[in-house]
Amino acid sequence: MAEAAKFELGDDSVVVIVGTGAGGGVLANELAQKGVKVVALEAGGRYLPEDYVNDEWESFGQLAWTDPRTTSGDWRVAKDFSGLPAWIVKAVGGTSIHWAGASLRFQDHEWRARTTYGEVEGASLLDWPLDAAEMAPWYDKAEAKLGVTGVGGRPRLPGNNNYLVFEKGAKALGYQEVHTGNMAINSVEYDDRMSCQQTGFCFQGCKWGAKWSSAYTDIPRGEATGNLEVRDHAHVARILHDDSGKVTGVEYFDKDGNLQMQKARIVCVAGNSFESPRLLLNSASSMFPDGLANSSGQVGRNYMRHTTGSVYATFERPVRMWRGTTMAGIIRDEAKHDPSRGFVGGYELETLALGLPFMAAFLDPGAWGREFTTALDSYENMAGMWIVGEDMPQADNRVTLSDAEDSFGLKVANVNFSDHPNDVAMRNHAYKQGVAIYDAVGATRTLPTPPYPSTHNLGTNRMSEKPEDGVVDRNGRAHDVANLFVSDGSQFTTGAAENPTLTIVALAIRQADHIAKEMAAGNI
Amino acid sequence: MSQISKQGLSRRALLSRAAAAGALAVAGAGFIAAPDAAWAVEVSNVSEHEMATLLQMARDIYPHDKVGDRFYAIAVKSYDSEEQKQAVAEGIAALDAAAKEAGFEDYLSTGWEADRVAILRRIEDTPFFQTVRGGLVTGLYNQKEVWPIFGYQGESYSEGGYINRGFDDIDWL
Repeated sequence: MAEAAKFELGDDSVVVIVGTGAGGGVLANELAQKGVKVVALEAGGRYLPEDYVNDEWESFGQLAWTDPRTTSGDWRVAKDFSGLPAWIVKAVGGTSIHWAGASLRFQDHEWRARTTYGEVEGASLLDWPLDAAEMAPWYDKAEAKLGVTGVGGRPRLPGNNNYLVFEKGAKALGYQEVHTGNMAINSVEYDDRMSCQQTGFCFQGCKWGAKWSSAYTDIPRGEATGNLEVRDHAHVARILHDDSGKVTGVEYFDKDGNLQMQKARIVCVAGNSFESPRLLLNSASSMFPDGLANSSGQVGRNYMRHTTGSVYATFERPVRMWRGTTMAGIIRDEAKHDPSRGFVGGYELETLALGLPFMAAFLDPGAWGREFTTALDSYENMAGMWIVGEDMPQADNRVTLSDAEDSFGLKVANVNFSDHPNDVAMRNHAYKQGVAIYDAVGATRTLPTPPYPSTHNLGTNRMSEKPEDGVVDRNGRAHDVANLFVSDGSQFTTGAAENPTLTIVALAIRQADHIAKEMAAGNI
Repeated sequence: MSQISKQGLSRRALLSRAAAAGALAVAGAGFIAAPDAAWAVEVSNVSEHEMATLLQMARDIYPHDKVGDRFYAIAVKSYDSEEQKQAVAEGIAALDAAAKEAGFEDYLSTGWEADRVAILRRIEDTPFFQTVRGGLVTGLYNQKEVWPIFGYQGESYSEGGYINRGFDDIDWL
């Protein structure tokens, strides 16, 4: 195994990647495997399975991005968690440490949301400049990399107690496509990672490494090539460019708080959908007064977070939903596009469990008294599911620069979000179905629970055919800047109904292929 | 600094020193304690009345009949500090004033939970109430000793997860 690389700050032959999660971490490894020299800058520290903790608040303190952000809009998160619009990770490996592992391909029609759904008032829908056929081989590679269950001959996970309740209710309602999901969690040993031990705490980092995360797969494998250097505790402040409008490197604060400048041949931004647009906006210059790559005015706009919510229910006897895989259970029947339900697009229903501490925090934020506490008294008898549906992109749901500053004196992201009427109609339909599922199993009480701080953050640097409609092209390359790429979920044109990580990984593998070819051809 | 401790105070000693402090806790000089002396919280910055009221308030905000007072006491004892004492004094004074307006002597001596909850509703939008409530979300529910009362098992990695310990043992479906 080669030593991890060490590159000079003045080396302008490297590709600089900002962020090391499902997008940046995969891109870094894929490029390194192809012989491309990469410096990956990660704002957080490095934690591996032995460091993760089976304790919700302690883990949150270890992994979560808690740097300041501000919020606005009519979403309830802005009231209940005004400084915490997202529950995402600040660490090498990013939110791929925290994610549940649900790995679903977009449905074919979801690549063509504008065409399929038609004009939706108040929504800024757009078709992707990609389609299902073009993405299929990249999805194949992504599923093989992640070891997704239920495809490629890999068996599905066994169902836990929470799933068995969910499955019985789903079948009673006549749902057909009900199973333990397509999960990037090993049901059998795969790719040098062991199988799931049904520990729970998937959100706190998998201590067995049974769930895929770039933190302990792509990152160390990229480093082993000798082509990848990961610098942790490196907080990127701005991207620099020359008089021709090409980017030349990045300025970042290192672990000691000193400002450094790393030169680059190419810069790829993968800091999740708040930090990526924030970085472009904070990189404004006299040549790019509205922010880098923002001639369209689209940087930060069309923020999507999926139409979410949860349904918990209590029963006469124990369920103990916290035991086992957190999200191995899905009903796909409602994911279709069927406007007769009163909304466009569809939603998935997926099992979900929280431990007691997070249940107390998220079941009904701000609530108190016996209506609230009697629900928690039945915690042991509780089952839970999560709604994840396609939300409408809206131009004014957006990330802008706040007046507030972080500890480096950089303006922080303000996240403005309000539900579209389509989102509300979808959520209400999903609540009703979720309640019916649990009623069919004899629920004594059902609890339609409001959305948590977002884990699926999408769309703020969206991909578009035409430069005036979005920020990046079909390869994630900025329309305005030839050697600047976006490599995370912020490039999503629309959100689809599926958990986004598999698509982020497939796009990153595809982008690595594109960048390496363009570099070899001398085009960038 | 306040402390919670299982002190060797006899029930008689406590009761003989106690001022009337509602049904929940007994207040003495520099401490409040369980009537049976099972636990006690020393106070040095806030008054005994204020700490006993905070404890009752905590119970009324997140009432769990199977959760003993000592857990609520742990959840509020950090209010006995130099930094918090003014906010506590003002907050409890406002709570007692709201109780008086509702026709009671003060919050602690309001006998029925429903009456105390009605008093709390009068002040629930105040920063003091929201601070106390918000603090309890972690102060109460993140006590590992509380979890078994709810059946929650906490950490499982060190026991090999649940793969051989009942992840799919539901027997009533």
